[in-house]
Amino acid sequence: MITTDIIIIGAGPTGLFTVFEAGLLKLKCHLIDALPQPGGQCSELYPKKPIYDIPAYPEILAGDLTEKLLEQGKQFEPGFTLGERAETIEKQEDGSFIVTTNKGTQHKAPVVAIASGLGSFEPRKPLIHNITDFEDKGVEYMIKEPEMYRNKKVVIAGGGDSALDWSIFLADVASSVTLVHRRNEFRGHLDSVEKVQALKNEGKINLITPAEITAIQGNGKVEAVEVTKKDEEPFYLETDHFIPLFGLSPKLGPIANWGLEIEKNAIKVNNALDYQTNIPGIFAIGDGNIYPGKLKLILCGFHEATLMCQAAYQIINPGKRYVLKYTTVSGVDGFDGTRKEAPKAVVKAIE
Amino acid sequence: MEQDINITITDRDGVTHKVQAPTDMAMNLMEVVRSYELAPEGTIGVCGGMAMCASCQCYVISDTELPEIQDDEEAMLSEAFYVKDNSRLGCQIQMTPEMEGLEVELAPES
Repeated sequence: MITTDIIIIGAGPTGLFTVFEAGLLKLKCHLIDALPQPGGQCSELYPKKPIYDIPAYPEILAGDLTEKLLEQGKQFEPGFTLGERAETIEKQEDGSFIVTTNKGTQHKAPVVAIASGLGSFEPRKPLIHNITDFEDKGVEYMIKEPEMYRNKKVVIAGGGDSALDWSIFLADVASSVTLVHRRNEFRGHLDSVEKVQALKNEGKINLITPAEITAIQGNGKVEAVEVTKKDEEPFYLETDHFIPLFGLSPKLGPIANWGLEIEKNAIKVNNALDYQTNIPGIFAIGDGNIYPGKLKLILCGFHEATLMCQAAYQIINPGKRYVLKYTTVSGVDGFDGTRKEAPKAVVKAIE
Repeated sequence: MEQDINITITDRDGVTHKVQAPTDMAMNLMEVVRSYELAPEGTIGVCGGMAMCASCQCYVISDTELPEIQDDEEAMLSEAFYVKDNSRLGCQIQMTPEMEGLEVELAPES
């Protein structure tokens, strides 16, 4: 069991900044995110795209913003449970909460901050009627253990970076790799596209375009997929694995069943005070909450996180005195023993 | 102020809405749909309008002359589901006076 002061669900910009604000109040955070890396949308969807409305940054790439936020919160030693989705929440008799992920990892804290944005990113599944029957029986929407493809026949579908990158990687692992895409053009880094072209020329990747996988065949596991090329008769291709890589889309997911008040796919909070939900001790901050006048902006998430931390302090330290301090005056004392502070004024006589 | 234009949007439940859209606020069709709340928040414009999610896919019914499909829209549509010949991404259709009379149907959520 992982214990902390604040469990933050979602490691996007709002969740990451919470670590810093909580740290100033000597509260420790642990973040849970379904994605394998921190940054949320910023690192998953558009790491190389600029953002222009972060105060004091006339322009910053979304990926760089993530890096900066991680660096800013580093001395408060946040814990991370990545690649796991928060599944259930149970309130304990002592008022604390236990959040359990889909992989069974348990986290306990007196305060939970939901900073889950539009939801956890789930793979988009192609519209093949029996595809769910073959999930984990040869159909995988994400590659978690590349070794399981060693000496196997693999069919990958998709036209983006992940389809290209995994085709390249598996070309050396699998006995055969077939990449199927609806168009001849691929959207990906130029070097990935060129690499696939080279591997195709060497006969290491079997490229079928423009085409689609239209059916899956097999008895208890994937044995073949139906490939349909435009204006041609469909044919079956023997394979051990079918890996559709069509990107991810955010879904509110299990949080919808936590007894929270939901409106317009977002969690209702008290914006007059502290962004607490209808369940005391559970807060919702950032793009995933809703209140009158809500704007889904990173900078608003930062503000909400800051106010939320003050309320969390009161829950965790009932009645304990505290006044807001400025980092310029007080410096920043990390949990790792580091201290940042403004240089002392120089006092020197003029003769 | 420039004149609003008239747009007809059929939502995912099959209900048709006739709406007015401003042409001077740099809005796109996806944003018009959101401003009238014709699709639940979180099910449209997920990526914010970068042609990266296809949640604003729609079928163009009128013969309005639309802006040409750019590479990123084409690439996204080639990975989206429920795509038809008249599919476009709403976020790539800017509200200009030329869009007067545009008629679209929202594609299913996927």
